[in-house]
Amino acid sequence: MDVTMTVNGTQYQRDVEPRMLLVHFLRDVLGLTGTHWGCDTSNCGTCVVLIDGEPVKSCTTLAVMTSGHEVRTVEGLSTNGELDPVQQGFMEEHGLQCGFCTPGMLMTARALLDENPDPTTDEIREAISGQLCRCTGYAMIVRSVRWAAEHAGDDATTAQEVGS
Amino acid sequence: MTATEETAQQRPIGYGRLKRKEDPRFIRGEGNYVDDITLPNMLHGAILRSPVAHARIVSIDTSRAVAHPKVVAVITGADLEPLNLAWMPTLSHDTQAVLATDKVRFQGQEVAFVVAEDRYAARDALELIDVEYDILDAVVDPHHALDPDAPVIRDDLEGKTDNHIFDWESGDAAECDRVFAEADVVVKQTMLYPRVHPAPLETCGAIADYDQVTGKLTLYETTQAPHAHRTLYALVAGIPEHKIRVISPDIGGGFGGKVGIYPGYVCAVVGSIVSGRPVKWVEDRSENLVATAFARDYHMTGEIAATSDGTILAVRTDVLADHGAANGTAQPTKYPAGFFHVFTGSYDLQAAHCKVTGVYTNKAPGGVAYACSFRVTEAVYLVERLVDLMAAELEMDPAELRMRNLIQPDQFPYVTKTGWEYDSGDYPTTLRKALDVAGYEELRREQAERRGRGELMGIGVGFFTEAVGAGPRRHMDILGLGMADGAEVRVHPTGKAVVRLSVQTQGQGHETTFAQIVAEELGIPPEDIDVVHGDTDQTPFGLGTYGSRSTPVSGAAVALTARKVRDKARKIAAAMLEVSADDLEWEKGRFFVKGDPETGAAIAEIAMAAHGTIELPEGVEGALDAETTYNPPNLTYPFGAYVCVVDIDPRTGVTKVRRFVAVDDCGTRINPMIIEGQVHGGLADGVGMALMEIIDFDDAGNCLGSSFMDYLLPTALDVPDWETDFTVTPSPHHPIGAKGVGESATVGSPPVIMNAVVDALSPYGVRHIEMPATPSRVWEAINAAQMGG
Repeated sequence: MDVTMTVNGTQYQRDVEPRMLLVHFLRDVLGLTGTHWGCDTSNCGTCVVLIDGEPVKSCTTLAVMTSGHEVRTVEGLSTNGELDPVQQGFMEEHGLQCGFCTPGMLMTARALLDENPDPTTDEIREAISGQLCRCTGYAMIVRSVRWAAEHAGDDATTAQEVGS
Repeated sequence: MTATEETAQQRPIGYGRLKRKEDPRFIRGEGNYVDDITLPNMLHGAILRSPVAHARIVSIDTSRAVAHPKVVAVITGADLEPLNLAWMPTLSHDTQAVLATDKVRFQGQEVAFVVAEDRYAARDALELIDVEYDILDAVVDPHHALDPDAPVIRDDLEGKTDNHIFDWESGDAAECDRVFAEADVVVKQTMLYPRVHPAPLETCGAIADYDQVTGKLTLYETTQAPHAHRTLYALVAGIPEHKIRVISPDIGGGFGGKVGIYPGYVCAVVGSIVSGRPVKWVEDRSENLVATAFARDYHMTGEIAATSDGTILAVRTDVLADHGAANGTAQPTKYPAGFFHVFTGSYDLQAAHCKVTGVYTNKAPGGVAYACSFRVTEAVYLVERLVDLMAAELEMDPAELRMRNLIQPDQFPYVTKTGWEYDSGDYPTTLRKALDVAGYEELRREQAERRGRGELMGIGVGFFTEAVGAGPRRHMDILGLGMADGAEVRVHPTGKAVVRLSVQTQGQGHETTFAQIVAEELGIPPEDIDVVHGDTDQTPFGLGTYGSRSTPVSGAAVALTARKVRDKARKIAAAMLEVSADDLEWEKGRFFVKGDPETGAAIAEIAMAAHGTIELPEGVEGALDAETTYNPPNLTYPFGAYVCVVDIDPRTGVTKVRRFVAVDDCGTRINPMIIEGQVHGGLADGVGMALMEIIDFDDAGNCLGSSFMDYLLPTALDVPDWETDFTVTPSPHHPIGAKGVGESATVGSPPVIMNAVVDALSPYGVRHIEMPATPSRVWEAINAAQMGG
């Protein structure tokens, strides 16, 4: 089945099985292995990507459902070598350990800040509550997202520019 | 603060908060986990698993699967038998089927392995395999495993007529009985540390790549112990050890679940040998929860004895350990119950005794996993609940009862009644600090007020002593391999360095921490030090990362190796400066002549000289490098004091952890940021185990926790903003005084949360509630108390 989608600004056209999950399409077909596969049941959120700017679990989305849409993955967060503030925030505040949940967390954080540039810690916890992290105990992820909110203007690259 | 000072603080040459060297790849999605690796011409494997807990296999028909156009091979136990690979050893000298031949013994057990062109086709082909089972009664409740009429699970073991695995005891039973008989107050309580699962977000997987020309097997694996795996593959599969290379790339969390060898790994190897192509096998979440190493499942009866004025005299316990269908625990051979006999905890006792009986049941094997420090988790839970039960019996404040009975600083090294020699500690200071940070007195006042309004607020207190860094090789081995670890340090001619480790990070930040140890010892900036690990062809032998052993064992190895390099550098510097080595003094990164600080040689200059043309002193070879295999003289004993505040909604039974104060003492602190992260993660584990997590089974042995829909893990909304603090009591026998911290909070937090839950429910007369304290369980406890009256 033909599928055409834009991923991180590049348009791809591929012939895939109708049942192929978006996470496998990204990983196995396009080789974008930053998006991870963790649970199959939409509980863990390691597979979160943005579809037209909205965080979506790619393990329960068919690739063909995404045809005609814009997908953004962790590989598309930084532009021209400039890190997104959420990427910097996770490094500054130790928001990751094993790194497996990190791409999903980063994408959700980006979507949150696009909609709410100055979220409270409660709002951050709510935003990432559909995702699991087994290493950090979440507090430092919350701090990382706050760091990103507080340093949004520091970078030449703003969220809006990256998203366009 | 000057700019230079600021830079030094951000990039310390030595210990201190340093951003992690591994982060740049992870935040870009450039990590390299097993499932991210694609080799040319690679095939995909999938495992057919047993749908039932106990059954005799009547027949397996693979013909329809073999006929699938994308299937390359279908492997069954019958195919493995001639290769002597149908069964493999477990890490506890038992055996486990790679692919079942005679019977299946737990739901999810491996029955057949399909190798196909892609992962979807491999899964499709599983549906085409027809297995006829003759279903047998399952042994689910371990309390009935030893019944005379219980079905014998391991009838494959010669002469086996029951489900008994071992009896093991520690301490002086007679002396313990005597002390108990004379005690004023004795409290007894049964408690279950339920079966849970470490559930790292990355499931287990492997890629086997067997080169038929060279005979070399390259095996990419999700393993915490690459060297131990290589040796075991050599012993079991008969592949010469130098022809096996185990690569453990980035690991997405392990927590003990990635120590053992799983049938899927062996199947991938066989699949690659059979097909002549690389074979990838990665399990899905249900496979991970159903079939890989569980943790805990200790059914404990504990007793504690004390005087009426609050001196704790003794503890004893009888434990029934459910090991599942194989004794697959990864632990030192000498200790079938792990380090459970550290259950005397942090208290100065007169006597102690424990007895543990291990039994087979029709459940997945495992037993030591989930950051448990070889069952110190179960031990700490038992003693910390018992102390709270005694406090309730004596109507004493639980913090005061602990303070009164803690081992005192002048008693170290302290030998416990079960034979452990605690290396160092200042327990009262740590407990006092935790109570101060929490504002304990004020919390108790607030609690009294709230109780007056009918609100259920609970305050939990706990203290733990960990036993980590296994271990002295004369006492500790896994399948005969002594638990020592190697390290190599090489300083390149330009003064940059590489350190090679036998241990394997799963997120603990080894690439940063171990660079910092070398930086501290040699004065080379951490960014100039590369840490190599996770590849048996590139690193020295050692037993790997689990039981919080990386810093206590490999950290020591690295520090001692760096000191050897420094000693060599001193001799070379003496030759360079034409003075006696004794006339040189070391400051971080440089030797200088005593009394003439201007005349000296920096480590980079020495490194260049070591590779240059100057005449080296007698006995000094060129290059600037060293290696060590470190055999720890003792374990290290980190400790900590925790305080937890919970609020329970009496209408729903929902427990909310409002505050959690953790004061940890892990000895010398290398990177405080990483330590804090390790503690945070363990505390979240504690909330999960205390309130949410359980792998349960129905009467037929069906696993009821086989997905994240059923096996609940804490999210960001379930945990508070942790309040952490620390004390520092260095280990006297560790080269840098570090003790390890990876599992402290996982060990220490569950009893504290449970103590808080029980404290909240104490107005109802509740003295104990089993983990996990789910809303329904709490609500039932409240309801039962109200009904009863």
